[in-house]
Amino acid sequence: MATTVHEPPKIEGQRDPSQSHGGFNSGGQDLVPGNLPAVKRYSPPPASTGIWVVLASITMTFAAFTSALIVRQGSALDWRHLTLPNILYVNTLVLFASSFALEMTRRRIRVVAGGLKADSVDASRWLYAALTLGLLFVVGQYIAWAQLRAQGLYLATNPNSSFFYVLTAVHALHVLGGLGGLLRVIRKMGNSTLRKSTLDATAYYWHFMDGLWVYLLVLLWMKL
Amino acid sequence: MAKLFAVTIFVIAIVSAIPILRHTWWMAEDISTHGAPIDEQMSETMAEAGISFLASQFILGYFIWKFSNPKPGDKIKTFPGGAKAMVWAAFLLVGTEVLALGVFGVKAWANVYFTPPAANAVPVEVQAGQFAFYFRYPGPDGSFGPIHPDMISEANQNFYGLDTDHDADSKDDVVTAEMAVPVNREIHLIMHSKDVGHSFFVPELRVQQDFVPGMDLSVHFTATKIGRYEIVCTQLCGLGHYNMKAYLSVLSPEDFDAWMKKEKAMQ
Amino acid sequence: MHDTAHAHAGQHAAPTSFIRKHVFSLDHKVIGKQYYGLALAAVLIGMFLSWLMRLHLGWTNLAIPGLHLLTKNGAPGDVMTPEFYLQLMTMHATIMVFFVLTTAPFAAFGNYFLPIQVGAEDMPFPHFNMMSFWVTFVAFLVLMSSFFVSDGPTLGGWTQYAPLSAVGQVGGPGEGAGVVLWALSIAIFCVGQLLGSLNFITTTLDMRTRGMSLWRLPLSAWGWFITSVMGLTAFAVLMPACILLILDHVAGTSFFVPANTVMNDQMQPHSGGSTLLWQHLFWFFGHPEVYIAIVPGMGIVSHVLVTNMRKPMLSHRVLVYAMGALAVLSYMVYGHHMFVSGMNPVSSLVFSFPTLVITIPSTIVVLIWMGSLYGAKLRINSASLFALGFISMFIAGGVSGFFLAQPSIDIMLHATYFVVGHFHLVMGVAAMFGIFAGTYFWFPKMYGRMMNETLGKIHFWCSFVGAYAIFMPFHYLGLAGNVRRYQAFAPEYMQPLIPLHKFITIAALFTGAAQLVFVYNLFVSRYKGEPASDNPWQATSLEWSTPTTPPPHNNFGDTLPVVYHDPFQYGVESSTGDYVMQTSPEKASAHDES
Repeated sequence: MATTVHEPPKIEGQRDPSQSHGGFNSGGQDLVPGNLPAVKRYSPPPASTGIWVVLASITMTFAAFTSALIVRQGSALDWRHLTLPNILYVNTLVLFASSFALEMTRRRIRVVAGGLKADSVDASRWLYAALTLGLLFVVGQYIAWAQLRAQGLYLATNPNSSFFYVLTAVHALHVLGGLGGLLRVIRKMGNSTLRKSTLDATAYYWHFMDGLWVYLLVLLWMKL
Repeated sequence: MAKLFAVTIFVIAIVSAIPILRHTWWMAEDISTHGAPIDEQMSETMAEAGISFLASQFILGYFIWKFSNPKPGDKIKTFPGGAKAMVWAAFLLVGTEVLALGVFGVKAWANVYFTPPAANAVPVEVQAGQFAFYFRYPGPDGSFGPIHPDMISEANQNFYGLDTDHDADSKDDVVTAEMAVPVNREIHLIMHSKDVGHSFFVPELRVQQDFVPGMDLSVHFTATKIGRYEIVCTQLCGLGHYNMKAYLSVLSPEDFDAWMKKEKAMQ
Repeated sequence: MHDTAHAHAGQHAAPTSFIRKHVFSLDHKVIGKQYYGLALAAVLIGMFLSWLMRLHLGWTNLAIPGLHLLTKNGAPGDVMTPEFYLQLMTMHATIMVFFVLTTAPFAAFGNYFLPIQVGAEDMPFPHFNMMSFWVTFVAFLVLMSSFFVSDGPTLGGWTQYAPLSAVGQVGGPGEGAGVVLWALSIAIFCVGQLLGSLNFITTTLDMRTRGMSLWRLPLSAWGWFITSVMGLTAFAVLMPACILLILDHVAGTSFFVPANTVMNDQMQPHSGGSTLLWQHLFWFFGHPEVYIAIVPGMGIVSHVLVTNMRKPMLSHRVLVYAMGALAVLSYMVYGHHMFVSGMNPVSSLVFSFPTLVITIPSTIVVLIWMGSLYGAKLRINSASLFALGFISMFIAGGVSGFFLAQPSIDIMLHATYFVVGHFHLVMGVAAMFGIFAGTYFWFPKMYGRMMNETLGKIHFWCSFVGAYAIFMPFHYLGLAGNVRRYQAFAPEYMQPLIPLHKFITIAALFTGAAQLVFVYNLFVSRYKGEPASDNPWQATSLEWSTPTTPPPHNNFGDTLPVVYHDPFQYGVESSTGDYVMQTSPEKASAHDES
């Protein structure tokens, strides 16, 4: 709907396609008196910035949960000791192994990156290993919950169990989100549209889940 | 249009200030010993806020009047001091003055919250619940009996959950629906909520304090003027919030003793 | 190695089906308009609720014909019950704060114009962007659905203080299902805004076109960028708080309900929860939320003003720094909402000082605007009138902050109408004026037609005078000790204030009716307005250099623009008149800062 009444000011060469494609290096400035500062031609791919934004907001969420735990612990006398199920330590190793597998994938794909299909069968294998181990972690967490329930410790039993279930469940949800990301990487690798930035972002997220888990484990171990 | 705008701003600014200057609607008269610094703080802040408000609205209106509808030949001008002048003005004029206000305000706040109640203060306990206040006086033994939440019952008129059969301290406690205090005696008010959040606000006393369920807080004050005042709840506590109020009677010592005797007889 | 992929980030083909074009669209422009539509629907509902409340406050026993249709038990004989008043109040606040003041200035205008102003084809994650809107839409539906559950929406106020919000049905009407739906709605809303913030931040950082350095972003883009950073951290804290609140309801946990809570003579099955915990989590979000509502307005108003003053701001950078300082400080001051909450009195003083310090960046922003007005060639039109009105309202609402920042004075003013007047002026009316200024300014670009100026001016005069008539008296009520959230004035000392309430009600009905002029103007101008040129205001930023109006699907046609200048090159002599567009290679003037 370009119903133009007054013609807008048109400036010569404003939309000359030849100028907007690499014509403007140092020589370009001679053609025009305007000031084109040395802005990088190339901005980073958004996924590699976006991932830090995502991680920042997840950090804030868990910071909020942490402060809730500390305030709640200090507010009442109903704080009890809770022994963490041992399977959590196994799960930790599984999650680390998954991260390691993803890192191995990245090593193998880096050689052929740039929107290319990973021609190494190895890379896919490691990727599937990462996915399986991630799933295994969630299953392991589920077993931990089942063990606590067997001890009669439910979500509402006492504040310790409440925080245990909430923190581990929210973390597990984030891990499931990461598994979705891994599936997306697998699909994109299959049809050769995987970008390096996507793979990197997924890997950072996945490693961040490790770090977050270790943090939570230490927090729960210390406080519960 | 710009001139109309300028005039409108002038008129609005002045009309807004008139009720403030005339105290048409204003704080109730202070009846506490700690209220004077608060009132002083209030009038100083009002002066500063008022001047800032009027000055900036007038300047805004004047600039709009002066710099709109330019003639064709007019050139734009830049404010002589530039942005630097504005930043300095913000720091020096407004920033320091407001911070100075804050520093002086510490005194008024400390008066209320950083001094412990005197040893001979009259202890009174207030319990807030949906949607009424109840007050408790410790009686001759000077100590409050323990509260048994499971015994709280409106139906049995046991508002505090006192077990007078077993707790010796509870036997002489006096529970009332109205609050009475002797004039010119310091009162140590212990605040306790049995259900949700409430607040204890007596404008004349310059006291407002929330009840925090699960936590017993206390405030202390001295009322200096005999009279009957209203205690209102200022923390949204449910559908009867607007109707949650009680009376505070400030009595002469003799009247207070008489009142206490009468209440005790009614227990 | 050449990474070709990123050049196509956010790029997608123009959709052809109706559904992909107008409903599940990936186009940031359509999403922006959807957000605007949602905000418009929400603001009309919110305003309608405020009318009902005002009528009740002026005439407590007034029967409002048809009121019983809105509620099952809330209006026997069309007279509002106390609980229904509180339910309307809670919904009014929640709708306005979340679905109007957060969506319109930030999500609506930001979605439409941020990518164009940075010179991008779209946001980098269009699918997240689409989800952001639809998730927000679902949140709105969930909130509105609470009108239809058995005992209506929650009555706990938008702050939902625990334990009233956490004890469940026993707390009163709407405290069961109503609160759960409320918390669910807000948690969903947080997800939508986090997705939006992700896109806004990456758009600003990564999608800028050649020559577009950060300092060349127009002030509106800065406003949205700063807001998205705040949104990212604030909503990430509110969401866990809502999750814990929901669990207290549905799972019987005790995060917020302490032991020994007795309601209706019954001990509640909770132990040891912390009521202050909710307040800390809520206000850690709540105070930045105030700035999330107002900072985009500051950006929009700066943009509109500078275009209509025909001269650059005294300092572009100082304005940006001041807005950034507001954002940073907004996290350090939340405790000033809790001065009389029973928090440690020392913390009250600790929170008081940064609150007072906020005066400084706020004053800088206002002084830069006023100093820039000096020597301007000011054009008066609907957009600039609302922008100037914003300044006046921001000052009026800002000075009352002097009082509320001081704990000692807060003893008298806390939870009174003084607070209500303060935040309505500074974040309600001012932010609304920002939205109006933006609408009159950008409507020609969004729809290719001009809005009607006469109607716009009528709208402005009624809103400007009306808003003062409504909200100035709130301060007087507060000074006289009128407690907020009261549906009637039971205490004797409040009786003399009723005539003032009647005056406010009349002013509110009148001012609200004037908003219908705006809605009429929007719809009529959309279809019958005078056709707009590509650059009707002789403005400089990139949205005014799109090849068509409204912009084509990919915003700039075949090639992305190249930027040569700071955003606001006004008051210069050039071949086009008194301005140079950012895309013009023409030599500008000494104003170029970067």
